[in-house]
Amino acid sequence: MTASTLTRGGGEAPALEARNLTLSWDGGVRIVVKDISLHVESGEVVCLVGKSGCGKTTILHALSGLTTPLEGKVLLHGQDVTGTPGRVSYMLQKDLLLPSKRIIDNVCLPLVIGGMRPAAAREKAAPLFERFGLEGTERQWPSQLSGGMRQRAAFLRTYLMGNDVALLDEPFSALDAITRTDLRSWYCQMAAELGMASVVITHDVDEAVTMANRIYVLEGNPRGGVPSVVAGEVEVPREEALAAADVDDFALTAEYVDCKRKVLELLG
Amino acid sequence: MATVRRIDPPRSRQIGVPAVTVAILLAAWELAVRCGLVPNFLLPSPTQVVAALATDASLLASHAGTTIVESALGLAIGVVVGFVAAVLMDRFETIYLAFDPLITISQTIPTVAIAPLLVLWFGYGLAPKVILIVLTTFFPVAVSLVAGFRSVDLDMIDLMRTMGASDLQIFWQVKLPGALDQFFSGLRISATYAIVGAVISEWLGGFSGLGVYMTRVRKSFAYDRMFAVIILISVLSLALMKAVDLLERVCMPWKRAESKK
Repeated sequence: MTASTLTRGGGEAPALEARNLTLSWDGGVRIVVKDISLHVESGEVVCLVGKSGCGKTTILHALSGLTTPLEGKVLLHGQDVTGTPGRVSYMLQKDLLLPSKRIIDNVCLPLVIGGMRPAAAREKAAPLFERFGLEGTERQWPSQLSGGMRQRAAFLRTYLMGNDVALLDEPFSALDAITRTDLRSWYCQMAAELGMASVVITHDVDEAVTMANRIYVLEGNPRGGVPSVVAGEVEVPREEALAAADVDDFALTAEYVDCKRKVLELLG
Repeated sequence: MATVRRIDPPRSRQIGVPAVTVAILLAAWELAVRCGLVPNFLLPSPTQVVAALATDASLLASHAGTTIVESALGLAIGVVVGFVAAVLMDRFETIYLAFDPLITISQTIPTVAIAPLLVLWFGYGLAPKVILIVLTTFFPVAVSLVAGFRSVDLDMIDLMRTMGASDLQIFWQVKLPGALDQFFSGLRISATYAIVGAVISEWLGGFSGLGVYMTRVRKSFAYDRMFAVIILISVLSLALMKAVDLLERVCMPWKRAESKK
């Protein structure tokens, strides 16, 4: 497989773009992903799909600025932010709510880190609780909330990071099937409303087809000495998905089945 | 195999069962002494111990005051030293590597062996006693805090970094609250060491304190008073542990919510 690149036309810079990223876990001794390019536009969701250990989280770390790539650049609205944390929001599989803080203080954390006084941060966050389906939980401790509610709080915290690009590392995988379905529909709707661009890692092909505007399929085995590359990308017809009454209706369409088949073929 | 969730017994039972056990043991002890199964000069009966406690109450209170002051001072300094040591060991890997074995070795030296040296170096006053208590109390705090700092979820630290958090913010918002559980476990152990450490240091020299009182009553073979002071030392240690429990409840209100789940 040749290294993949995304050919893009001219026009406005994408919300987030990775250009020819080559990444390593150990300073270049072993290459994890090689020459990967991808992009996400404002309001879009793109999914990264690939087998375990193929380097999806490593890509997200590089996009978030937590690690610096060996080669390549990360551009945020055309501006080089390679190796600069704090410019895009990041959410992991675990909700990572601090047990020692009430929900309101957990979601306010990015504001407080940014230098806002706690009282002012609470004032800013409070009106958003209803919008995120968290009304009444402000004074509760994380241990008093269900998994789905905790994840909503984590989404609100991600939103309050104040960035228009969010990276989500398997955000729904720890939830039960019903909550997962509800929450991912809710997330897509919220992200579209807020104009947030999202890069989502998932193992679940159905989840990827349901959520994404575009799916990047990774292949490779870095632990076996084969760096991962983008095997291909699949565009999902979002008009069809949005036209469907709900997610389950879209899952019955020929377009959905076609996308899923393409992803599965690329996964091998 | 299906797992069965353990249900805590009611509070009345939690208090009642040990109380009845203690009462039975005390009754058996009293009976054994009264019936002459054990010579009275070797083992005083519980009623004799209570009588000795009442007789010497004011003297015991005075000696206990000295021991409490020494313990409180030593424990406070020990906690501060343990906290600072833990923070430095967590922040600087070299300090951790350099001092971790030394701190462990320091705890293998018996307290009774080092106490006479401290008396020799620092005299019969407050200083050697406080130093001995500091040496015994800082270790549980330091070790448990280092373990607590190191148990913090690395993903949480990554998340904080994506928010642009500084090292100090990560420490204050994530590491310190995350290590409080272990800190209080260590503090509870240190609290018991504080009273015992004070008594041991008083044995070896001094003018006042429960250890000094103990040495005097032992020399006069007043074993009823010896038992009275042992009971007082246990009560003081338990009271100090209870104080730590209360402090933990105040400092970690979220634990109550977790335990109610």
